[in-house]
Amino acid sequence: MSAKVEIDFTLNGVREQRAVAADMSALAMLRDVVGLTGTKYGCGEGECGACTIRVDGVTLNACLMFAVDCDGREVTTIEGLAATPPGEKLRASFVEHGAVQCGFCTPGLVMQASHLIEKNPGAGEEEIRRGIEGNLCRCTGYRKIIEAIAGAK
Amino acid sequence: MSGIERYAAPRTLEEAAELLSAGGATVFAGGTDVMPQANAGRLRFQKTLLNIGRIAELRGIGESNGVVRIGALTTITELLESPLVRGRFRALWQSCDHFASDQIRNAATLGGNLCNASPAGDTLVPLLVLDAQVVLAGKPNGTLATRRLPLAGFLTGPGRTLRAAHELLTAVEIALPPAGFDSEYFKFGTRPALDIAAISIGLGAVREGRVLRDVRVAFGAVAPTPVRAPRVEAALEGRIADDAAIEAALEAAADEIHPISDIRASDWYRREMVRNMLQRMLCDVREG
Ligand SMILES: Cc1cc2nc3c(=O)[nH]c(=O)nc-3n(C[C@H](O)[C@H](O)[C@H](O)COP(=O)(O)OP(=O)(O)OC[C@H]3O[C@@H](n4cnc5c(N)ncnc54)[C@H](O)[C@@H]3O)c2cc1C
Ligand code: FES
Ligand code: FES
Repeated sequence: MSAKVEIDFTLNGVREQRAVAADMSALAMLRDVVGLTGTKYGCGEGECGACTIRVDGVTLNACLMFAVDCDGREVTTIEGLAATPPGEKLRASFVEHGAVQCGFCTPGLVMQASHLIEKNPGAGEEEIRRGIEGNLCRCTGYRKIIEAIAGAK
Repeated sequence: MSGIERYAAPRTLEEAAELLSAGGATVFAGGTDVMPQANAGRLRFQKTLLNIGRIAELRGIGESNGVVRIGALTTITELLESPLVRGRFRALWQSCDHFASDQIRNAATLGGNLCNASPAGDTLVPLLVLDAQVVLAGKPNGTLATRRLPLAGFLTGPGRTLRAAHELLTAVEIALPPAGFDSEYFKFGTRPALDIAAISIGLGAVREGRVLRDVRVAFGAVAPTPVRAPRVEAALEGRIADDAAIEAALEAAADEIHPISDIRASDWYRREMVRNMLQRMLCDVREG
């Protein structure tokens, strides 16, 4: 068993203090320790983007991040984003454009879309496509997702 | 069962070097190689897990006296966003543009890419073309000692480098290339996004009229480490990139590469790709 480490960070705007195993991923911590299951486990190896979260502003794959590395940082998950105006806007646009089928990829895509729009508010279709390279969707064929992101800008 | 006994996230290089000298540490920066390798059982955690990501002095891109220093913790995204990298090190910028996904680029560090030393590591090929040096620091006898090595010598095999266990890679240094030097990176994978290179080519030169000078060529994923190709360079140096020079360069390349067959491509396919893509790049040079 690996040692437990006390970490202190901000999760969705609220201070969190947790004891986590040194070898645990941020994804396992969010889902199994904190109990926020909006962030999904798809592949566990950085390929699918279902676990996308934001840390100090940028998007990361939570499955590739050590939970201990959250210490002192600002972490936002889909639960936090959903409660903000940009999150509301993205949700409405995903619904309006029919960009959700099974929905497994949706939290990761919405997180990545929020980062993409914030960084490049003028993003066109090509830039949106490139911005979501790290997110797989096996249902929609992406077209409606791209339209939803374009519609949420 | 992994047994990490201690976690440390030092804020200075001194402290980190101290911890490394004690031995038995697994180092991580972005973690994008360490985490999947540990999950797959290819990496066994040591007693201490050492997060070097909080060491401010390992960050930043700066230039002084014609030498650009890129801190080991610089992420691939930060390289992409640097006007200096984009303006002067085009091949390096292109390698970052074709690197994984946004989420990975935001986490992955330059130091991690070099120390992981994959034969297909994307920044390695352009850095060879740019004659980059790596800076290593450690505290073997109580005082911090720094040494510099050419990248080509630092890489010794798949996943192997000359970095000693007590050392950290602190930075990469690149002397600004001569005026008029331009470089290009080509990566071939089997799909456009999130792919590891099946082969990659870096090419750099100064063009004086139609003559090529200071020619530098490197290949990735066709040998145990990314390699410079001195015979290809010699075939082009001081010459006009005409049909004869291009053919001589392609023949030299066939002798200089030693590809293997693996899940990404066969030996034969890699040879064909290197030949055809190098030819295309040199024809582009000829056409200006
Ligand atoms: C889905 C996916 C896609 C990928 N795509 C690409 C790609 O397209 N191209 C590519 O080149 N790579 C790719 N990679 C590999 C990886 O992202 C890169 O090698 C990355 O640059 C590693 O950086 P890191 O900071 O995450 O390294 P870490 O995982 O933190 O460390 C990697 C290794 O280097 C050591 N290390 C790190 N920093 C230092 C230092 N400063 N001093 C001494 N040792 C150090 C660590 O101990 C470890 O052995 C991909 C990985 C994944 C999971
Ligand atoms: S679960 Fe993290 S990228 Fe797939
Ligand atoms: S909606 Fe099912 S994976 Fe995207």
